[in-house]
Amino acid sequence: MAAAPMVEAKALVKRFGNVEAVRGIDVQVRTGEAFGFLGPNGAGKSSTMRMIASTSPRSDGDLRVLGMDPDVDGPRIRARLGSVPQQDTLDTELTVRQNLQIYGRYFGMSRAAVRRKATELMEFAQLSDRADDPVDTLSGGMKRRLTIARSLVNDPDLLLLDEPTTGLDPQARHMLWDRLFRLKAGGVTLLITSHYMDEVEQLCDRLVVMDDARIVAEGSPSELIARYSTREVLELRFPPGEQGGVAERVAELGERVEELPDRVLVYTGDGERALEQVHGRDVRPVSSLVRRSTLEDVFLRLTGRTLVD
Amino acid sequence: MAGGDVTGGDVTGAATTSVDAGSRATGRVVGSWRAAWLRVEAHWTWYRRYWRSSLYSSGLQPVLFLAAMGLGFGSQVEAGPATGGLAYVQYVAPALLVAGAVQNAIAESSYPVLSGFKWQQDYHAVTATPVTAGQLLGGQVIWIALRVAIASVVYTIVALLFGAWRNAGALLVIPVGVLAAVACGTAIMAVAATTYNEGERFAAIFRFLVMPMILFSGTFFPIEQIPAAVRWLAWISPVWHGTELARGVTLGGLGIWPALGHLAFLGALLGVSAVLARRYFYRRLVV
Repeated sequence: MAAAPMVEAKALVKRFGNVEAVRGIDVQVRTGEAFGFLGPNGAGKSSTMRMIASTSPRSDGDLRVLGMDPDVDGPRIRARLGSVPQQDTLDTELTVRQNLQIYGRYFGMSRAAVRRKATELMEFAQLSDRADDPVDTLSGGMKRRLTIARSLVNDPDLLLLDEPTTGLDPQARHMLWDRLFRLKAGGVTLLITSHYMDEVEQLCDRLVVMDDARIVAEGSPSELIARYSTREVLELRFPPGEQGGVAERVAELGERVEELPDRVLVYTGDGERALEQVHGRDVRPVSSLVRRSTLEDVFLRLTGRTLVD
Repeated sequence: MAGGDVTGGDVTGAATTSVDAGSRATGRVVGSWRAAWLRVEAHWTWYRRYWRSSLYSSGLQPVLFLAAMGLGFGSQVEAGPATGGLAYVQYVAPALLVAGAVQNAIAESSYPVLSGFKWQQDYHAVTATPVTAGQLLGGQVIWIALRVAIASVVYTIVALLFGAWRNAGALLVIPVGVLAAVACGTAIMAVAATTYNEGERFAAIFRFLVMPMILFSGTFFPIEQIPAAVRWLAWISPVWHGTELARGVTLGGLGIWPALGHLAFLGALLGVSAVLARRYFYRRLVV
C-alpha cells in the first residue's frame, strides 16, 4: 500500500472578505520529508499553514491532512499535529514545566504521561534548568524553543513551523535548526514557512516558492537553483550614486544581470572570469564577491524582488 | 485506530486508509466536557500560583462592603418596613454576595478573556489542539463559576461571623450569586470576543453599566425608592433579579412565581449570552 500524502491540497483557496490570501495552490507533502514554503511576508504562507493546521477553514478547493478532511475531522487531525505558530502564544505567567504539562493534557494524555513528556522535552529544548521558572523570565530564543517543545508533546506525525526562527539571533537559530534536524531524523514530517532562504535551503528536501498568494515554483533547493539560476553569482557593490549605467555595461558578461538598489548581480557559470572582464572594462566596484547561487537568487529571478527588504 | 472509521466508505475511502498506519502520535480527541474541564485544570494551575493577587477583588472587597455598609452604616439604619423588619446587615448581606459575584465575574470575563485572544494569545494555542473554540468557552464559563463560588463561600463564612445570616437559606444564596455572575460574565465574554482594540469599552462598561447596576438594583435599598419612571431600569438589571432571589431564599417573602420569573430571566440571559459568545469565539479563533 503506497503511503498516502501527509498533506494534499488541490486548487486550495483562502479568502478574507474580498482579499484572496491563497489563490488556488496545489501541494503534496510526503511522509518523512521536510517541506518548505518560501516567500516574502504576505505571500499566503501563513494562511496556507493555518488551513493545514485545521484551525482555519478553506474557502475553496480540496484539502486532505493525514488523509482526512479538516472541515470534518479537525480535532482528529489536530490530535496528531504539532503546531508552532508565528507568535509563541505561551502562558507567560506559568512555568516552563506547567506550559508543557497543561498542553499535553489537551491531547488526552494522562497526568503521569505529561509529567514524563515534559521532562523529556525540557531536556530536548535545553530548558531543564529553567523548568520551574515562569515563561516571562525566559529570553526570546528560550521561549521559541519552549514553543517548539510544546508542539511535540503529542509526538506529532506532522510538525508545522510558521517562521520558526524569525527574530532570533544566529546562535539561537542554529540551535533550533539542530533540533529540527533531529526531529526529521526521528521520522517527523516537517512543514516550514520562512522568508529566510538559508533556513529553507538548510532544512528542506523540497519546497514551493510562493509569491502574491500563488506558487511560482516547486522542487528541491538544488533543482530550483539549477533551473532558475546559474552556478555562480558575481556581486558588485558601488558607492552610493555611482551605480548608474553599470548594469548595461556589464550586461553581456553573464547569462543575466540584476540590479538591486545597493549592488549589481551578474549571473554566470564562472564568477572569477566575469570579474576579470569587469575590470577589463574599467568598471571599478568598491567591493566584489563571487558566490554560489542561492534560493534568494531563484526568488529574485521568479518575482523580480528580494525576499527580505 | 482503524482507517476510514469516519470518512471511510465514501468516495475518499482509498485516501483515508493508509496514513494512520505507522502513526507515532500519542494525542487523541477528548470528549467535550472533558475538554472544558481540562481548561478548568489549566486555570486552576494558574490560580494556585496567583490566588493571593486576586484576593482583594474577589474576596476582600465584598467583605469590606459588608463591614462598612452592613455594620457601620447599618448601625444608623433602623429596622423597618423597607428592610422587612430586619437588621440592615441581614438585609444587605445576600445582596452584597450577588453584587460582588457579578462584579468579580465581569472583571474576569473582560480583559483576561481579551488577552487570550489578543495579547497572550493562548486561546489560539488551545484551539490548535483537539480542544475546540466552543469547549474553550465552556471551560472559561465553568472556571468563572468555580472562582465565584470559592469567593462566595469565603464571603458567606465571614458574613456568618458578622451575624448577617438568619438561617441555612444562606447556603442557597451562593448558587444564586453564581448564576447571576455567570450570566453576566458570559455576556461580557461575548463582548470580549468582538473587541479588537485595547479594550477601552470595558472601562466604559464598568463605569456606566456595572456601577449603576450595583447601586440601583435593590442592593442597598428597595427599588421602590427609585422614581417609577426609571424603575424599569432595575427590572432589566440581572443584579436585581439575583438580589431578589438571594433575599427570597434566606429572608423569605418571595412567592414561587416571582422566584421562577427571576430564575427565568437569569437563565435566559445566560442562554442567549452563551449562544452569542460561542458564535463569536468561533468567529475569532477559526478564521
